[in-house]
Amino acid sequence: MIEDTVIGSIEQQEYTINMGPQHPSTHGVLRLVVSLKGEIVTQVKPHLGYIHRGIEKMSESMTYPQIVHLTDRLDYLSAHINNHALCLAVENALQVEVPERVKYIRTIMDELNRIASHQLWWCSFGMDLGALTCFFYGLRDREYILDIFEESCGSRLLHSYYTPGGLMKDIHPGFQKRVKDFIKYFRKVLPEYDQLLTGNVIMQERTRGIGNITKEEAISYGFTGPSGRGSGFACDVRKHHPYALYDKVDFQEVLYHEGDSLARYQVRIGEMWESMKIIEQLIDNIPEGDYSAKMKAVIKLPEGEYYQRVEAARGEFGVYILSDGGKTPYRLKLRSPNFSNLSAIDLLARNFKIADLIAIGGSLDLVIPDIDR
Amino acid sequence: MGIKIKSMKKNDFRDNDTLELFKQSGGNVLITTLDEIVNWGRSNSIWPLTFATSCCGIEMMATGASRHDFARFGIEVYRASPRQADVIVVAGTIVRKMAPVLKRLYDQMSDPKYVIAMGACAVSGGPFYYNTYSVVRGVEHVIPVDVYVPGCPPRPEALLYGVMQLQRKIKSETMRLTRDRDREYAEGTIPPKFKLSKEEDHE
Repeated sequence: MIEDTVIGSIEQQEYTINMGPQHPSTHGVLRLVVSLKGEIVTQVKPHLGYIHRGIEKMSESMTYPQIVHLTDRLDYLSAHINNHALCLAVENALQVEVPERVKYIRTIMDELNRIASHQLWWCSFGMDLGALTCFFYGLRDREYILDIFEESCGSRLLHSYYTPGGLMKDIHPGFQKRVKDFIKYFRKVLPEYDQLLTGNVIMQERTRGIGNITKEEAISYGFTGPSGRGSGFACDVRKHHPYALYDKVDFQEVLYHEGDSLARYQVRIGEMWESMKIIEQLIDNIPEGDYSAKMKAVIKLPEGEYYQRVEAARGEFGVYILSDGGKTPYRLKLRSPNFSNLSAIDLLARNFKIADLIAIGGSLDLVIPDIDR
Repeated sequence: MGIKIKSMKKNDFRDNDTLELFKQSGGNVLITTLDEIVNWGRSNSIWPLTFATSCCGIEMMATGASRHDFARFGIEVYRASPRQADVIVVAGTIVRKMAPVLKRLYDQMSDPKYVIAMGACAVSGGPFYYNTYSVVRGVEHVIPVDVYVPGCPPRPEALLYGVMQLQRKIKSETMRLTRDRDREYAEGTIPPKFKLSKEEDHE
């Protein structure tokens, strides 16, 4: 009798729990305040700021080559791509044409980074759903990419390899062979990922029809990247506003129209195939030449506003620079993909169970320092 | 009597003899033998807490994964609850909003507990030392630290080395004395500089 009333009151009453800031499945220090009715989520409120480092403010007192190092630390899983955005913004402002070789290397590095990022996402998504095997398989293959990075950039994770005007250093002589070996290897291994997780019944049950978002809602919330393309929103910056060499290579924009967690999953798996296709087209044709354009020792941007966007592994990453003609920006604004993607979590998770909130958060592939900056 | 770590010779721990000096301070036969047994057990099963704030967390994951495999050294599983963890690896920047949470996590861990400060941010604030208003400049201002692992981010090998240093430190402990560090922490003399306001502490 007493049990009945207690359980009854819990099911009828709305109550609130905290997820995070220290929680193994929030991928960092995100705090979600979740209102529940029984097991059903009625509201999710994200609380930010647990890793707010003030990077935008810091940038105002730093020169442009120095800021490159800070962009690494935003979305650390797509460090190359973030560097690329800032370097392109500075180069466009100064109207510097970078050598062809640099464009080739940058495109290849970006795509390698995208694969590495998606591999890590695959590991952690599997772990969120309770499949620990994914963790070991994904990180095993990721190490091969990190080896390639390490040879050329000298660092595994935060490379700071691009500078305004080109690259820090030329690529390692063994770079091409290593990359080709990796592609050969990964083409064999990637179907294994599908066998392990994609076809798994538990995984299908937990993601199909969970966390739906329509195309219109996705656009209005500013969904970009694989999350946006999972709802059929064609938002690939590489395709629609090409930079570097993306207008010369042949690749497809992976689109799914269901808008649920499974669609977002499949977009990412498809993107790994497409990235490999891009790399294969470029790796044999890297032209000889300088690895950096001639730049002045002190870079000063002319007065004005500059914006550059690139396709990071999680969506559209933008850098907005307001310059007053000095060697430091007057204001630097970063448009991070994760911030907009997170904003819809209330819409996505509402009326689903709390266990699904974990799967939804995993399918968005959040990186928290990118949200808080 | 030196401290033995299975996978590393003593010479490989360069210029760090202070730990051996602790060990030589003496004690009776029964206690030292008991110490050795207890320390052997403790040092070979250090379970870390799943706690990562930023980039270093990815390297910590890489250390636990296939190639580097943390578990070879007894750092077996990541525990999600601080009550089950022995060591907290502070991987990443700690900002002012996170500091009270970190302190609470540390307080919730059961004794004996250890802290590894991994990466430049946790050691000193790292790249965020200058010109920022929100970063705590080194995690030692919030909780006492046993081992510092520098790097931005440190390689997995560096973290493994740091963990073996911690094992060495544990092996030099004795149960006769409470660790000075723990006593000072309880008295409130450390951590030194970072003071939380009352509101922050009870957030």
